[in-house]
Amino acid sequence: MADTAIKVTDVVKWFGEGEARTQALKDVTLDAYFGEMLYIVGPSGSGKTTLLSVLSGILRPDSGNVSVEGSDIWKLGSDKLADFRLHKIGFVFQDYHLFPRLTTAENVAIPLILKRKDWSEAIVEATKYLEIVGLKNRAELPPVKLSGGEQQRVAIARAIAGQPDILIMDEPTASLDGDTGHSIVSFVKQNILNDKRCILIVTHDSRIYELATRILKMEDGRLTAIEKGGST
Amino acid sequence: MIGILKLAYKLLVNDRAKFTALLVGITFAVFLMIAMTSLFAGVLKRASATVINLGAPIWVMDPSVQTVANTIGMPDYVLDAVRSTQGVNYAVPLYSGGALVKLQDGMYQPVTVVGLDDTSLFGRPTLIQGKIEDIYGENAFIVVKDTEFPKVGNPGLGTEFQVNDHRGIIVGIATVASSGLFGIPTLYTTYERALQYLPNPRFTISYVLVEPKSSADVPNIKRQVQALGYLALTKDEFMDKISTFYMYQTGMGMNLLIMTVMSFIVGLSISGQTFYTFVLENLEKFGALKAMGAKSRELILMILFQASFTALTGYGLGIGMCALTIELAKLRLPDYAAMITYWNLGLAFAMVVIIAAISSYFGVRKVLRIEPFDIFRG
Repeated sequence: MADTAIKVTDVVKWFGEGEARTQALKDVTLDAYFGEMLYIVGPSGSGKTTLLSVLSGILRPDSGNVSVEGSDIWKLGSDKLADFRLHKIGFVFQDYHLFPRLTTAENVAIPLILKRKDWSEAIVEATKYLEIVGLKNRAELPPVKLSGGEQQRVAIARAIAGQPDILIMDEPTASLDGDTGHSIVSFVKQNILNDKRCILIVTHDSRIYELATRILKMEDGRLTAIEKGGST
Repeated sequence: MIGILKLAYKLLVNDRAKFTALLVGITFAVFLMIAMTSLFAGVLKRASATVINLGAPIWVMDPSVQTVANTIGMPDYVLDAVRSTQGVNYAVPLYSGGALVKLQDGMYQPVTVVGLDDTSLFGRPTLIQGKIEDIYGENAFIVVKDTEFPKVGNPGLGTEFQVNDHRGIIVGIATVASSGLFGIPTLYTTYERALQYLPNPRFTISYVLVEPKSSADVPNIKRQVQALGYLALTKDEFMDKISTFYMYQTGMGMNLLIMTVMSFIVGLSISGQTFYTFVLENLEKFGALKAMGAKSRELILMILFQASFTALTGYGLGIGMCALTIELAKLRLPDYAAMITYWNLGLAFAMVVIIAAISSYFGVRKVLRIEPFDIFRG
């Protein structure tokens, strides 16, 4: 069995105050392993994004533990937590959140710049990641000149540029047509996933379920089922 | 760290519309602030022109004197008393007053007549034509060649005119450090001739100009003069007194303050609003950076850098624009009094720093409150 990348134990998260108080996560426990592409699926409001945020060091749980590569991330101070996200986690946001005023290469270079890499070195390195996602020839263009699929690939290049152990993708196919969405996730599985990396994907899109290693189903803040995906 | 600043720089300047609006706001505010304060500085300098040009270290005067032009005659014994005061190296009388001269074309022109001590000619101007000893000649006057010079008909050596029905003749043309405030030409002559040619009240000494033996003697001289019932001021103190008069007694200071505050408010409104909008539009991006691992202090640094860069660029452009405008104005209006001083620049800089600080404060507050989780939630 592969090493455990993320261990989530009895995580509880509440939102709101008084009568509006709702429980977003109810004693969620799960393990995610290196080398697997783990999907978190479920209806809107089931707690998928909350869970993703808790285990990536973005949203503090009210109780429970989140251990990444053996260390409890919620015992870290805010600076250490930021360092943890910078060095261990790569994010692909649903809306990509690319910077329209920067070139594609500069967008991809952001994690490297945050890691204090020299600007020109970061751009050179970013271009290599753009080559991995097949967009080297788009390096000098601003993201707004790219198609949705290309922007998604730029976001993936940016997420992996920091060489994270864990890649988190939030609804990666939401803004893409079926074929493009499938090909993007397929590309990630073939080119980005490896034995030293764990990929977590939050999705509604059943058309890409076949690419998952495992699928975790969530409903009303609880983990209701763990299924094997279309591949291992 | 340089990479993060470069990232901030690119995010700022690549948004050309916003950056231009920010620069216009700051530049306009700096331009107005410096234009207002430099005009005032120029006016104050010209108001003290006689004090600057004569250069005496200590000026003895009637305590009621408010400006150098507003002379109140002192009796001769004051001069004698000052001369006999311990610590005084020498003391000379000065006449300063207004007169009407009749030019060769028959026109009359008001002038300021400065009568220098006959013996020492202390405070004499630098001659560019003629010899200083010619001032002792009959009816001799020296004219100052400044922006007012054409008003006396651009006289040359030997040009004649009339002062109070006395014949006057130009024996020298001089330059001085500063022109006067009221657009009136200046004539120099000897103290005695000034008294002879111009109608005078009972007491004739406008000022006693004093050279102390050392700066340590100044307090004693001031005390002794005060005991006589008069006032002794150093050159700087007299200039301050003149500035204070124009600032607080004429309404100029209040008008300047109002205009400067308005410039500041205009700058703050345009730049603050635009910068805040800029931060708001980029808020999600700052949240994304936070999610990716940027620390709060790095985001603060980015915003402070953006605000400072805009402020300093606008400050430089504002100064340049103001300097250019003043120079162009002086080409058309030689009397235009504006002058940019370090004080003007310092004040405008302080105001620009405040604008940048207030603008970035609201931006920083907003950015610190954004949670990366909000980015995930969309």
